[in-house]
Amino acid sequence: MNDKKADYRKSKTKSRIAWVIATVLAIFWMFVALIPFAFMILNSFRKQFDMLSQGVFHLPDPWFFDNYPGIVANGFFGYFFRSVIIVVVCMILMLTIAAFAAYPLSRMQFKLRGLIYAGIVAMMSIPMHVTLIPIFKMTTNMGLYDNLFSLVGPYVTFALPMSVFILTAFMMTIPKEVEESAEIDGCNKFSNFFKIILPLSKSGLSTLAIYNGVSMWNEFAFANTLLQTASQKTLPLALGQFKGEHAMDMPLILAVLVLSALPMIILFIIFQDKLVKGMMAGAVKG
Amino acid sequence: MPNNSTNSLAKARAKSTAIAASIFLAPALILIVVYMIYPVIDTFVTSAYKWNGISSDKIFVGLGNWKTLLTDTKFWSAFGHNVVVMIFSILLQIPLGLMLATFLDAGGKKFNIFKIIWFFPYLMSSVAIAFLANYILATNGGLFSSIATLFSGHKVNIDLLGKSPSALFSVIGVMAWQFTPFYMVYFIAGYGNIDTSLYEAAVIDGATRKDYLFKIAIPLLGPIFKTACTMSLIGSLKYFDLIWNMTQGGPAGGTELMATYMYKLSFQQFNMGYGSCVAAGMFILITVIALVFQKIFVVKEDY
Repeated sequence: MNDKKADYRKSKTKSRIAWVIATVLAIFWMFVALIPFAFMILNSFRKQFDMLSQGVFHLPDPWFFDNYPGIVANGFFGYFFRSVIIVVVCMILMLTIAAFAAYPLSRMQFKLRGLIYAGIVAMMSIPMHVTLIPIFKMTTNMGLYDNLFSLVGPYVTFALPMSVFILTAFMMTIPKEVEESAEIDGCNKFSNFFKIILPLSKSGLSTLAIYNGVSMWNEFAFANTLLQTASQKTLPLALGQFKGEHAMDMPLILAVLVLSALPMIILFIIFQDKLVKGMMAGAVKG
Repeated sequence: MPNNSTNSLAKARAKSTAIAASIFLAPALILIVVYMIYPVIDTFVTSAYKWNGISSDKIFVGLGNWKTLLTDTKFWSAFGHNVVVMIFSILLQIPLGLMLATFLDAGGKKFNIFKIIWFFPYLMSSVAIAFLANYILATNGGLFSSIATLFSGHKVNIDLLGKSPSALFSVIGVMAWQFTPFYMVYFIAGYGNIDTSLYEAAVIDGATRKDYLFKIAIPLLGPIFKTACTMSLIGSLKYFDLIWNMTQGGPAGGTELMATYMYKLSFQQFNMGYGSCVAAGMFILITVIALVFQKIFVVKEDY
C-alpha cells in the first residue's frame, strides 16, 4: 500500500519536473520566435545613424516616427492596395472554381471521376518553377506582361489542386439526403449546388481562404517574373523597390517590413482557429 | 418519359449527370491545362533549343542542353545544396514542430498564447524574412555580432553569410525558423483528428498521459508524419524565394540552389533554352526523389 503511494508521488513529481522543463523550453522558443520581430519593430523607430551608434540592444533614443510617414509618401499604400486587389480577385475566382470542381467529384457518379480526381490531386506536386519560363512567354504573348492581372491565372491555378482536394473531402461529409429531397422538389444540379451545397460548404471555403490568402499575399516568384514597373508591383516586391531607392536606410526598410507583416498577423489572431481547422481537413487524408 | 424502360431512363440520367459534371469541372480543368500541364510540356520542348527568350532565332540542339546539364558542376553542386537543405529541414522542422504541437496538445486552451506567437514567423513573406535575416545576421551591428560583443567585452564581427559553409547553414536555420510553425499547426491538426474516446479508453485502462502520448497518439500520427516529411522534402528541393532575396546564391555559389540557378540562367542571362533544361531536370529529380521516398517510407495506416 505504502509502496503504491510512494510510486504515485514519485510519478507526480516526475511529471511536474517534465512540465517545468517543457515550459522553460516553450518560453525559450517563444523568444526565438519573437526576437526577430522585436528587432524589426524597435529598429523601425530609429534613425539610421542612431542604429549604428546605439547598438541593437538599446531602446530607440529618441523614438523616431518619421520612417512610417516616409514610406507612405513613397507609395507604400499603392503596393498595399494592389496586393489586396490581387488577393481578393484571385480568392473569389479560386474558391468559385474549386467549389465547382469539387461538387461533381464528391457527389456525382460518372465515368472518369476517379481519374480526374487523381489527376487534379497529382498536380499538387508540380513545382511552380518548372512552369515559370512558359508562363512568362505566355504572358508576354498575351500582352499581359507587367500588368498586375497577369498574376490571376497562375495564382488561381496553383491554389486549385489543394483546394479541390480539401473541398472534395469536405463536401463528401454533407449527407446525401439533403440533396435528394431538394431533387424531389424539382431542383436540378445547378440550383442544388448554389442553394444547398455552396452554403453548407461555407466553413470549408473560409478555411481555404485563410490558408491560400497567406500564400497569395506573400507570393514572390511569379510576381517578380511577371511585373516590372513600380506602379504594378505587389507588396512582396515593394521591399526590393524600397531597398533599391534607399539602400542604406535600414530602419526605413524595417518599417516597410512591419507594415507588410501586420495585416497577416492581425488576421491570424482573429481567425486562427479556422486555419487549424483547414489544415485538419487536409490532414485527414494525408 | 412515361413509356420508356427504366434502362433508358437510367441512361438519360447518367447522360445529364455527365453533362452537369463536365460543366462544373470545365473551368478548373481548363486552367490546369493552360497554366500547369502545357507549361510543363513546353519546358521540356524548350529544353531542346538554344534560345534567348526574345528573338525569333531558336536553334534546335536536340539533347545538347541535357548533355551539358549532366556534366554541369554548377548544377550538381546546387543539387547537393538542395539535398543538404532537405536533410536538415526534415531533421529540424519536423521534430521541432511535433514537440511544439505535443506541448500545445497537452496544455490545451490555456496555452493558446504560445500557439499564436509561435505561428508568427510563418505569416511573414519569405522576402520579408530574407531582408530581416540579412539585418540580423549582419557582420557589423547584427544581432549575433552584438551578442558576441556583449559577452566577450570587445568588438566582435561574426560573418555568417560571407563564407561557406556557414552561409548555407545560416539559411537552413532561417528556414527552420520560418517553417517550423507550419508543421506545428499541421501536427496540432493531426492530434485534433484523433478520436477523444481513445484517450478516455486509455485512461480507463490505467494509461498515464505519457503512455498515451508515446504508445497511442504519436503512432497514430504516422500518416501525417509521412505527409509532413514529403512536403518538407518537396519544399526544400524547389526552394527559391528566401535564398534569392538573402544571398542570391552567394557567396561564390555557396548557397546556390537548383531554382536560383535556373532563375539566373533564364531571367538574368536570358539563356532560356538551357534554363528550361535545368527546370526540367529539377522536375525530374524532385519527382524521382519524392516517389522513392514514398516507396521507402511505408506507414501502416490501420487502427
